[in-house]
This record gives sequence, structure tokens and C-alpha cells, in this order.
Amino acid sequence: MTDHETLPEDQPGPRSLTDLFLTFTWLAVQGFGGVMAVAHRELVERKRWLTQAAFVEEWAVAQIMPGPNVMNLSLVIGGRRFGWRGALAAMAGMLALPLLLVLLLAVAYGQVGQHPAVARALRGMGAVAAGLIMAAGLRLSGGLKGHPLGGPACGALAVAAFGGVALLHWPMPFVLLGLGGVACLATYARLNP
Amino acid sequence: MTAGPGVVALHGWDWLQLLGHFLLLSLLSVGGALTTAPEMHRYLVLQQRWLGEAQFSSSITLAQAAPGPNILFVALLGWNLGMNSGGPLLALAGVVLSLTGILLPSTIVTHLASQWGHRNRHLRGVRAFKQGMAPVVIGLMLATGWILARASHDTGSGAALWLLTATTALLVWRTRLHVLWLLAAGALLGILGVV
Repeated sequence: MTDHETLPEDQPGPRSLTDLFLTFTWLAVQGFGGVMAVAHRELVERKRWLTQAAFVEEWAVAQIMPGPNVMNLSLVIGGRRFGWRGALAAMAGMLALPLLLVLLLAVAYGQVGQHPAVARALRGMGAVAAGLIMAAGLRLSGGLKGHPLGGPACGALAVAAFGGVALLHWPMPFVLLGLGGVACLATYARLNP
Repeated sequence: MTAGPGVVALHGWDWLQLLGHFLLLSLLSVGGALTTAPEMHRYLVLQQRWLGEAQFSSSITLAQAAPGPNILFVALLGWNLGMNSGGPLLALAGVVLSLTGILLPSTIVTHLASQWGHRNRHLRGVRAFKQGMAPVVIGLMLATGWILARASHDTGSGAALWLLTATTALLVWRTRLHVLWLLAAGALLGILGVV
């Protein structure tokens, strides 16, 4: 986490509002069971609009603010270079085609929804979608290299957040504010003013 | 998605109430789209009786199964509200009204906050917030995967599903295999009854 805050001149980014719209449409229609894992793959690894570390930071903002996380992520990234028009273009890309698809699906569901093969296929896809999100988390941990708190403390915070929400069923907002607050204060103390 | 017995149609004033309810929930929806689902259920199904139980739960399942952001379950709620109240035209109006309500306030707040944060990104406090949150956010991401895996565990053959989830996580973490292949494999394994 050294210089991602001042992006280098050759850092790739969205070229236009259309580019934003199409990029977010493409990642949204790949996002079965959630878009975050695909967003990470497309934006960090394929398009390189964001570094691992920058993605984690934007994702933190997207989670802490009200609103759906992936919609917040799209509007933050869209707004970064093109202001509110970019934010709207990215959000529209995220919504337009998937909305059409989900409405068609709702109409079709009335016909085939009771078929057991459909339910079994959805279950298999659900298990894969869960793995995709875990993999994104594992990959992002690479972005913690050079974190001001150091590896062991970062690991402990991640494990505590996982345990609190996954095993102890603490509400996510409390974990974000509680553990996140402690982590931010500790980081603040370690950063150069 | 049939309405079921005892469901009430919405009339003029009701739509405004619905919009107001979603506008308010938008500002409270910290932590993701699905965190507000329990409150929507209480309001739409239990209190107002505008939606049936089956309509509510199938809206969430379909939105999870379809590509795109999970927040689209709110669009399906709006669709069903309109279908219960008249037909496809009202249903489309319900979609627009619901999505606008749930997205407009949070979008304005998040956009302003993010622009402010970016302008002040060199402040020690802003850097500490963004970097400090990172390990917690990564832990939460793993927890989300865990919760989703457990949700499908409830209905299927447990061990095989966990194995599929773990294999997917390893493959995506360590290789560049495209996501769509994995999803297709998951669907196929499901249809064949392996998981």
C-alpha cells in the first residue's frame, strides 16, 4: 500500500461514459449470485483500472455507505473520473440489462419454477457463487502487503471479522463499525501525519 | 408467482407510502442489499398484506439466481406489487418506483461522500479509514461466501456442496479459469444430482 493513492499517468481507466456503461454491463451479466467477485476480476485483473489495494479501499467505502455494495462500488468508480455522469453511467450499466433479464426470468419462473432439475441447477450454481466470493477475498489479501499494521495484526482482524459474522452471527454493520473502527484508529496511529 | 389469498391491491395513496418507505430504507441499508429484506418483509407482507409470502421469497431467490446485483430483488417486489394491483403496466411502474426509492437517497449520499473522500485523500484520517478497513473488509468477504455456502447447504447434500464451494474458491484463487465455466459446471453437477 504505497503509491496507489496517486495513480500513475499510465494507469488505465474508463475512456468514456460508454466504456463505463458497457464495462459494468459486461461484469453485471456475469455476476450470478452476486457481482462482487466478477467486479474484482474484471476491474483489477483484466482491465487494471484499480490495484488490489485500491479495490479493497473502494470496497470498504462501498460497504460502509448506505446502499447496495456493488451499486456503490460502480458509482464510486464511475464518479472518480467522470463525476456524477460517470456514476450514473456505471450504475445504469449495472442495472439495465440484468433488470430486463430478471423480469424475463420472473415471467418464465411461473412456467418451470416447480421443476426439480431447475432447483438443483440453481443450488449447484449457488455453491459455485459462494466459492467465487471467497476466492476474491483470498486474492485481495495480497493487497495487504506493506499494510501499516503488519501481517499478523491484519490476519487477526480478518479472522475476527469472519468469525463474528459467519460463526457468531453478529450484524455486519456492527462489525464494520466496531472492528473497523479499532483498525482505523490503530492505522491512524501508525501513519505518518 | 401467484398472489395467494388475502392479498390487497395498492391504490393511489398506497404507492406514495411505498415510495416513502423505500426512500427511508435506502438510507438505512448499510451493509448490503439484503440487510433490509427482513424489514421489507415485515412491511409489505405482514403489515400491509400487499404481497404473499411465496411472492416475497421467490423474488429473493430469483434475484440471487439471475445475473446482476442482488438489489434487483426489490425490482421483483415492485413487479409483483404491480401485478397484484392491476397488471403488467402497473407492474412496470412498480419496478421503477421501487428501484428509484431504494437507490436514490443512498446514491446521493455515497456519491457526495466518495467525492469528498477523494478530494481529501491525502488527509491522514482518510488514509487511515481506507487502509484500516481493508483487513476487516476481507474478513467480511470470506464471511459472505461462507453464509451463501451454508444457505445452499440447507437444501442439498452438504459435503458435496462444500467441496464444490472450496474447489471453486481454490480454482479461482490460483488459476485464470473463466467464471462462466465454473457456473456452468455447478449447474450441470446440480442437474445430474451430484451436489
